[in-house]
Amino acid sequence: MATTLGFHIILACFGIALPSFVLLAEYVGLRQRNETAMRLARRWSQVMGVLIAVGAVTGTVLSFEMGLLWPGLMRRYGAVLGFPFALEGVFFFLEAIFAAIYLFGWRRLSGWRHFWSGVPIAISGIFGAMSVVAVNSWMNQPGGFVQKNGRIISIDPWQVLFNHASSYEMPHMILAAYMVAGFFVAGVYAVGIMRGRRDRYHYTGFSLGFVPAAILTPIQILVGDTAARAIAHDQPVKFASMEYVAHTSRNVPEWLGGVDVGGRIYGGLKIPDLDSLLVGFGTSTKVIGFDSVPLADRPPVIWLIHLSFDAMVGLGTLLLLVGLWAGWEWLRRRRLPPQRPFWMASAVSGVAAIIAMECGWIVTEVGRQPWVVYHLLTTADAATTNGGVVATLSIIVALYAMLGVTTVLIVRTLTRRWRDNDRAEASVPYGPTPPFSDQVGVGP
Amino acid sequence: MPATIGAILLVGIALYAVFAGADFGGGLWDLLAGGTARGWAPRRLIDESITPVWESNHVWLVFDLVIFWTAFPRAFAAVMTTAALPLWLAVAGIVLRGAGFAYRKEITDLRLLRVAGATFALSSLVTPFFMGTVIGAIATGSISANATHANQSAWTNATSLLIGFLFVAACAYLAAVYLTSEAERRGQSALRRYFARRAQLSSIVAGGLSLALLAELHGSNRLLYDRLTGRAVALVIVAALCGLVTIALVSERVERHRLTRAVAALGVTAVIWAWGVAQYPVLLPGTSITLSSGGAPEATLDALFGVFVLAAALVGPSFVLLYRMQGRRLLGTDESALSSRSLPESGDL
Repeated sequence: MATTLGFHIILACFGIALPSFVLLAEYVGLRQRNETAMRLARRWSQVMGVLIAVGAVTGTVLSFEMGLLWPGLMRRYGAVLGFPFALEGVFFFLEAIFAAIYLFGWRRLSGWRHFWSGVPIAISGIFGAMSVVAVNSWMNQPGGFVQKNGRIISIDPWQVLFNHASSYEMPHMILAAYMVAGFFVAGVYAVGIMRGRRDRYHYTGFSLGFVPAAILTPIQILVGDTAARAIAHDQPVKFASMEYVAHTSRNVPEWLGGVDVGGRIYGGLKIPDLDSLLVGFGTSTKVIGFDSVPLADRPPVIWLIHLSFDAMVGLGTLLLLVGLWAGWEWLRRRRLPPQRPFWMASAVSGVAAIIAMECGWIVTEVGRQPWVVYHLLTTADAATTNGGVVATLSIIVALYAMLGVTTVLIVRTLTRRWRDNDRAEASVPYGPTPPFSDQVGVGP
Repeated sequence: MPATIGAILLVGIALYAVFAGADFGGGLWDLLAGGTARGWAPRRLIDESITPVWESNHVWLVFDLVIFWTAFPRAFAAVMTTAALPLWLAVAGIVLRGAGFAYRKEITDLRLLRVAGATFALSSLVTPFFMGTVIGAIATGSISANATHANQSAWTNATSLLIGFLFVAACAYLAAVYLTSEAERRGQSALRRYFARRAQLSSIVAGGLSLALLAELHGSNRLLYDRLTGRAVALVIVAALCGLVTIALVSERVERHRLTRAVAALGVTAVIWAWGVAQYPVLLPGTSITLSSGGAPEATLDALFGVFVLAAALVGPSFVLLYRMQGRRLLGTDESALSSRSLPESGDL
């Protein structure tokens, strides 16, 4: 399940956010009669089509897995968390239908009509993401139902959907999706630019991805900070694991990095009082430690949670710095920074955003253990009692490895074809100076 | 309300069968189309008719699963546990099929193209077959309410296997009928005859399998047999008539493609509804789980109904739009780059 989710979440990010970037490119193209942006929009939309198709497949697999791997969860709480899933189904439907119309309607639908046919994809992507994140945040902060003798007797759908944790999880995940897609797109063109293709095509592609992602980064950091503070209150044990708070106390130090082995932390940087300050804006704020619950109710690998959290925050901060660098240069000289380190950082920004997102996912999922539904159902009780888990897992991993390779190969084939196409255009004698061939790197 | 949701679920299953079933059947005809040269024309027609719509058709499955687990969580958990193996195989088929189909569009190397095509075609066969066996396991009452372990005999009994084969035949039948009318609309008369023959053949095979199934049920599951020939008999007759009418309709040359499609779809829908009516109000035969006793609380079902209304209001018109644009051939693969497989676009307009 974790494997498939970890894979699906990357595709989901592109499914949620890439349509907006395609539409942005088409908007710029139509508005400014910018043929380069139009070409980018057309090409990105093909990648979007492939990713949505693969996402549709992995999404279906996930719905099967809900039952095949977690029958305990579905038996107990299917009636509750089914509602947001059902809503997601509607939005996914709309996304698939309009993606088909948009994708296969290039040039057959006139300019703005085609643009508008794509808008529902972006909107339903966002609403679909909200519905799915509602399920996850419900598992962190379950509510909106009445239970009697282990059976659900009534639910309040709106409380299920807009549960306590959804107010911070929803924006955090949607912003993450936009950052992943934006920085990834930017990274692809940054690689091209570093390889010497300093043409309009590459700079346009870079900016269309980089600018929105860089603008969203500081907002994301604020949302994330709010989320962390809310978790300190809502799920203190998860928070204690994120920050290595062993004992409930005041003046809690902040650990940067470090590995916890049997209660001792090796190799970390300790900043006195900072954790208390971050949680409650005062150094004497009391922070609950994981000794507040018995060992059996604590997450298994605390160092993983802590390091993932630090990695997420660290990468987010670095992405913020890269954005600030570009903003500073733009304000002073109306240009992008020419320095090589900037382009190197931009080239890896997409991968960094994906790693940060996966780390955040590890924090929220592993940090909730041993619970699958917080304080109500343990993961062990939710899992299937069927044997052969190892065999099934191997099959899943094999299938997903194949899917991953296939996706990468398709995207590569597409880019190679575009490059050949550009070359063919370039070989027209006495024609206008064509753009250099574009090279797009490896897909997700 | 549980009965309403049950009906919605049945509608969803019928829609999945009618739309996605045809896509699966397309894979079967792709598999049987013969060598590269001989199979080129039918494969191309299959490909062009499936490409823009398969993803949307596929979403019906997600929709059905979600309704199933939300409205009837206990039954869902029981089915998913008992029939885990065929469901995993169906999932594998779905993954391979999606990958094979998507991949095939983007590759140009002939050998790889064959591999991708074979993957797509074979998995189109696997998925409906195993889904059929799962339906068989439910219908024969082989699923126990509090199942904790997979049970292979649940879906390997004669009834379940027959239903599996029937599913494959029904998919082939739907696809052949749709492709016949598609070829007719494009004025490709050779292809029209090609698929009309196959539509007739698969109609006969599906009909034969249905009769065999009824005969088998007569011996093994008297209750279901009595109900299929009792309260659900009207639907069974409709299904049989639809099969016969299609055989007659596809052989005609007149432009009746819409009617033929509708009749074929109606036939398959009637079979699914016959199953539902025969089983009503029991959800898992052989257990105490009925629509009402196995259902989620009222508020969940109300919410689900609300979602269904929303879906009908939003998704319905969008679907009509998609199919109308597909019908008027407003949708086609684009970017000159994509035509590197050099499909003569104007030839069939």
